[in-house]
Amino acid sequence: MNPAMNSALNSGMAPVATPWFFYVLAALAVASGLAVITRRNAVHSALALIVTLLSVAGLYLMLYAPFVAGVQIIVYAGGIMVLFLFVIMLVNIERASKDRQFNRMWPVGLTAACALLALFVSAIGKGKALFPDRMIALPEGSNTQEIAKMLYGEAGRMGEYTFAFEIASLLLLVAILGAVIMTKKKI
Amino acid sequence: MPNFITSYLNSKDALTPGSAGSQFWALIYVLIIFAGVSVAVICMNWLERKALAHFQIRLGPMRVGPHGLLQPIADALKLMLKEDIIPAEADQFVFWVAPLIGLLASFTVYTVIPFGPSQAVSDMNIGILFMLGVSSLGVLGIVVAGWASNSHYPLIGALRSSAQMVSYEVAMGLVIVSAILMTSLNASGTGTLSMIGIVQAQQQQGIWFIFKFFPLGFIAFAIFAIAMVAETNRAPFDMAEAESELTAGFHTEYSGLRWSLFMLAEYAAMIAVSSIAVTLWLGGWMRPFPNLLHAPMWEFFFSLFPGLTFGGLAAIAFIGAARMPADSFFKIQRIGLAVFAALLGFIALLLLVIAVAGRSADTSVAARFREGIDYVYWFVLKVAVFMYLFIWYRATWPRYRFDQLMKIGWKVMLPISLGVLVLTAIVGVIFP
Repeated sequence: MNPAMNSALNSGMAPVATPWFFYVLAALAVASGLAVITRRNAVHSALALIVTLLSVAGLYLMLYAPFVAGVQIIVYAGGIMVLFLFVIMLVNIERASKDRQFNRMWPVGLTAACALLALFVSAIGKGKALFPDRMIALPEGSNTQEIAKMLYGEAGRMGEYTFAFEIASLLLLVAILGAVIMTKKKI
Repeated sequence: MPNFITSYLNSKDALTPGSAGSQFWALIYVLIIFAGVSVAVICMNWLERKALAHFQIRLGPMRVGPHGLLQPIADALKLMLKEDIIPAEADQFVFWVAPLIGLLASFTVYTVIPFGPSQAVSDMNIGILFMLGVSSLGVLGIVVAGWASNSHYPLIGALRSSAQMVSYEVAMGLVIVSAILMTSLNASGTGTLSMIGIVQAQQQQGIWFIFKFFPLGFIAFAIFAIAMVAETNRAPFDMAEAESELTAGFHTEYSGLRWSLFMLAEYAAMIAVSSIAVTLWLGGWMRPFPNLLHAPMWEFFFSLFPGLTFGGLAAIAFIGAARMPADSFFKIQRIGLAVFAALLGFIALLLLVIAVAGRSADTSVAARFREGIDYVYWFVLKVAVFMYLFIWYRATWPRYRFDQLMKIGWKVMLPISLGVLVLTAIVGVIFP
């Protein structure tokens, strides 16, 4: 962050991230999340999922994590959802929406969802000590650089998460190769 | 005047309104950019029809206004008055919302385009990432439009378009990373994703990234220049709307205003990707040789260019008015063109006056204004070259076959861009 921007921030400028934005984005995420599981038409579900992902990206922005928000948009909303739509379009929606849903696993799903809800409630109720009492004000301007330092390290020092990061990328590489091998009969 | 208007103008450090936290001026900038892009799209529409016609030894639009200058306005009126047909079997809501997705995506990108060091709505820390992400949302509009039409040609167009855009995004992203890598070659070793920061890095290193590590920068730029044509679905990669195969592709079922929104989105996206190319490789808002020829005399010389450009356009319009046939039928057209030329001449005069009044390098209003005009002028000039190239491509090259298109994307451009990325990293370490 340049010094000029610092002085602009210190001069009593009101932060843009107000609770109002949080409630709007959270309500949007929940409402479109509900639409994802209630729409019978798969394309409508996918579109609702895009709205969910975008509002979650907005929530990341409110937490002063612009890099994560940008990656969320570019990877999920821009990349993966396009592929989702691509595949859904090849399915005959008319017939699929009239088909009887053969999946009878909803009791299991309900149990899992209730357990997760209970976990969240207990975490919020009992775990107040776990959370910092106020938000750490990270400078928005250097967020990306800080992430890079954690992942790759600074001069002469290995980053905190370098190993985990490299392992994850290796895993993704294996997954890509696996996908290619599964679709190609002859290589 | 109220404080929220003046505080931004009086601040000594040149910041974008977004970074300075001035919502009022950010809104003004948004409105200016929105109007400017819309006018640019109208000009582009006219220029494309005329240039294409001249490439094919035709005249192009000649009837509405002198040399068809009013044709885009007539077209816009026609499109607004036309019936907006929604096919009975279409998915009503999705059909309705699809053009808006494309339009929103291509206009949102303009928030971070740097027309100058402080001439942008906002300077985001993740600028280029934001641009890539939001412009990749544009494909959703096309895909969804093709599906919602519930018709064969649009669906095939949409499938082609999504496959093509996803494939070319990969090569595009890799060469962008190689340009970002070049920004980190300074004393601190920290690069930047901010659009303004990328141009400033080029200024510090004293070289446009297209010439850096020749030919690596140039290859990266060439890959981007090809991929951006595919990204915007323009000829010779306009598989999504190949009229000889798919009638009109994804927008076959669209009509009237909704169709024109697709066109607006396409042209706005063209300007946006050209701006990325200019920012990353062609020095953004910088005039030629800002470090080498920095004497006040050169500064003054280069600041005359905006005025001279408009003067040249005015001269062309005057010649056109003088060469009108003498028949009384052309009298109105001659007067109209002369008035248009006078208008351009007036703008030229105004710009020259500003250049002369603001030639001192102090912080007076005239000097700051002159500086701003210079930045915007050089940026727009570079983008305009790309816009003309888009027309030129369309007139010159036949459309690719879809399998050839995919083959080039995956088997030629992707390996080359990977190689450029690796080589840039190696060269950057060896000769920093």
